[in-house]
Amino acid sequence: MKSHYPLVIIGAGPAGLAAATTASEHGIETALLDEQPAPGGQIYRNIESMPTQRAELLGSEYQRGEKLVQLMRSSNTHYFSDASVWSLNGQLELGVLHQGRAHLIHADQVIIAGGAQERPVPFPGWTLPGVMNAGAGQILLKQSGLVPSDGVVLAGSGPLLLLLAWQYLNAGVDVKAVLDVQPMSNWLRAAPYLPKALLAHHYITKGLRYKRDLKAAGVLTRHGVKDLRAIGGGHVQAVDYIHRNKLYSIKTPLLLTHFGVIPQTHLSRAASCAHEWNTAQQCWRPVNDVWGATDIKGISVAGDNAGIGGARTAEHNGRLAAFNAIHQMGHISQGERDKKAKKDLRWMKDELLIRPFLDAMFRPPSIMLTHPTDEEILCRCEEVTAGDIRKVLEEGHQTPNAVKFHTRCGMGPCQGRQCADSVAQLIAYETGTNPRDIEPYRVRPPVKPITIGQLAGMEQNSEE
Amino acid sequence: MKSDVLIIGGGLMGACTALYLAKRGVKSIVLDKDHSGRHASGVNAGGLRKLNRNPAEIPLTVEASRIWSHIQELVDSDCDVKLSGQVRVAESDADMELLETRAALVRELGYEHEQMINRDKLYELVPALAPHCLGALWCEDDGFARPYHATTAFRRKAESLGADFHSHTALNALEREGDNWLASTHMGEIRAPVVVNASGAWGARLASTIGDQIPVKPGAPTLMVTERLPHFIDPVVGAASRKLSFKQMQNGTVIIGGAHMARLDMVNERSEIDYRTMAESARTVTTLFPQMADARIVRFWAGIEGFTPDHIPVIGPSINAPGLFHAFGFSAHGFQLSPVVGRILSELILDGQSSLPIEPFRADRFPTG
Ligand SMILES: Cc1cc2nc3c(=O)[nH]c(=O)nc-3n(C[C@H](O)[C@H](O)[C@H](O)COP(=O)(O)OP(=O)(O)OC[C@H]3O[C@@H](n4cnc5c(N)ncnc54)[C@H](O)[C@@H]3O)c2cc1C
Repeated sequence: MKSHYPLVIIGAGPAGLAAATTASEHGIETALLDEQPAPGGQIYRNIESMPTQRAELLGSEYQRGEKLVQLMRSSNTHYFSDASVWSLNGQLELGVLHQGRAHLIHADQVIIAGGAQERPVPFPGWTLPGVMNAGAGQILLKQSGLVPSDGVVLAGSGPLLLLLAWQYLNAGVDVKAVLDVQPMSNWLRAAPYLPKALLAHHYITKGLRYKRDLKAAGVLTRHGVKDLRAIGGGHVQAVDYIHRNKLYSIKTPLLLTHFGVIPQTHLSRAASCAHEWNTAQQCWRPVNDVWGATDIKGISVAGDNAGIGGARTAEHNGRLAAFNAIHQMGHISQGERDKKAKKDLRWMKDELLIRPFLDAMFRPPSIMLTHPTDEEILCRCEEVTAGDIRKVLEEGHQTPNAVKFHTRCGMGPCQGRQCADSVAQLIAYETGTNPRDIEPYRVRPPVKPITIGQLAGMEQNSEE
Repeated sequence: MKSDVLIIGGGLMGACTALYLAKRGVKSIVLDKDHSGRHASGVNAGGLRKLNRNPAEIPLTVEASRIWSHIQELVDSDCDVKLSGQVRVAESDADMELLETRAALVRELGYEHEQMINRDKLYELVPALAPHCLGALWCEDDGFARPYHATTAFRRKAESLGADFHSHTALNALEREGDNWLASTHMGEIRAPVVVNASGAWGARLASTIGDQIPVKPGAPTLMVTERLPHFIDPVVGAASRKLSFKQMQNGTVIIGGAHMARLDMVNERSEIDYRTMAESARTVTTLFPQMADARIVRFWAGIEGFTPDHIPVIGPSINAPGLFHAFGFSAHGFQLSPVVGRILSELILDGQSSLPIEPFRADRFPTG
């Protein structure tokens, strides 16, 4: 790894791959860094070495990634796998851990395309062993073809939940139930956006197909589920829920939950980019323009990292950010940039038509986000409960950073990834403010793990 | 608004001053442009160190140490104080000589708290230490506390006795009006006969507005903390010829400091960690504690503090203005001193003199020009 690259792209998912290919094609020396062992990002994870059979059961959308990866591979991009970025600052200095060795590198332009993370939503029992994020289930499936052998209950909201249910069904897993917690009122919320959404039909038709297949296979699907609870002593044994005012219980050794995804904001926040609370998506995201440019010179965001838009949008996003970076570095004029980006800009316009519908439709119930019971753990690392937080709120410490100081909430190894949003929403609710007006946790480096030994070895190899 | 005393800065110095004044029945208003504990006082390394202090600070640090060991009596909270001692290790004969000279100096001044210990005693105290060390300077009742908790405890106790804290309230201007000071803030004007400048890294800026030019510069010392590790060490560890402060907290995390500076942007009050110095710090750690190599770093951070050219604080009356007292520029070791500084200020304000020698900390000691 060199100590300087004109362009550094973080994340080799659809956004990063498209950005890297575009920049390299324009003769820009580009480093593409990703912590995974192979390119593809979350959605196209492991795509280069996937057995055909498993690829088929993941669906045609998945195979689209193959081409993206091939294009990047055949470009001049300096691609580094097993390279996690543990620090980024406003001077475009990056701390990188590549194959266990720490480096400090500089860039003239940085595109953060680190993707999304699953929205952490606390509910009673969510920390029990045997309760996992659906995304983790999907990673196991893609990486090693592992599927739950004793059946699974899937619960939550959002398109991935349906997709995973469908993928498991195809893989012969006993899907005991799909519990959809989206309130029925989401239909009302979403309805006004529907006509426009129909224009972007590929999203809708896919979802309908999953639903149809699940129904045909006789999978129990409940909508408008309330009071989701994981029950068990040392391990989850059952899932309780209320449906149409009746209490149900399903025995299961595994509960996979999913409540949609939110942008990974740790790098952009560490770099002190401005962020805004997005009410429709119920999360923070970096303030960015159509090119993904943030308020910090030279840093842009692309793909889900810029705001949730899905894989196809991410590709266009990535290209837009790359065209803009190439322009910023003086290689093409503004006019050339705009011309080259025409197709991508048009896509973004269409995207704006469908997104409000999806956001409204898949919005998790606000009661789950703002009303955790006192016993519920919000910060898993430091085991801080909603009750602990309410106590310091009462004592007058009413901002996330003050709550953090007093309870250690968000100070553990996950650096607040699991609790930042739930703490903000709890505070907003309890103090009668809007999350928009709440200053989120200050993010401290390292944003990815690095050991004392790795840091100690840094200076010697940063110039190799 | 009116008050007997107006304190600028709600950090430890401001909060302790308010507390000691309140104990003697004097009400104060405390302003902080952010909130109490937001800066150095809340984010420091929590070290309660008498060891290796500048001789001028020794009378103060010894008294402060006595207060910390009974802190519950003062603030109704134990502040998570743990007094498990501190060593300053020698890794060479030259280091040993340095430490022995130091021990002799402290003895000559009439103090007993810094003792030389030999190799055997050192490894008995710190079995986890790499085997190459030769001995150490040892202070038995040094230790550490949790800074944000301590600051909060001082503030709460002061409040319970009548002190009036205002966060997010910056002092915008300060001028004389007859026998009073007139302070302007966004909440309006505050009048008080006495003002205390306890504004930390911002202290020199405030001093210059009333005509005191004091060469205190802001700096941002960096710390790092590891994940929780099984308990393996009790004393705080420093080294004779390395920049290091190393301690395992009650929850198992290890806090590592050593006066490595981050790049500070004082306008935006942001600092950028300088990873080259952090790498140096990490090498120091792996030299003295090789088993730490696999420990995960959970966080790097820097706090903003005022530094004087001679690295001892400014404590005492203003050079030019009546009814104004300074207490700032603690140069990254004021946490331990804070209770005693609060007491001294209350004495200066109420008795006109300090019970401890503060001559070396005079605001006008720096050459002008
Ligand atoms: C990283 C780090 C590690 C440290 N480790 C140790 C240690 O281990 N042991 C030790 O003894 N000491 C340590 N220190 C030093 C110790 O933290 C400080 O000396 C001490 O906290 C200083 O307290 P203070 O009240 O003067 O400053 P601060 O806590 O900075 O308080 C000053 C306050 O004044 C406010 N203010 C400034 N201007 C204005 C204005 N115009 N109007 C209103 N408010 C204003 C600020 O917002 C601030 O809150 C460390 C310091 C740092 C930064």
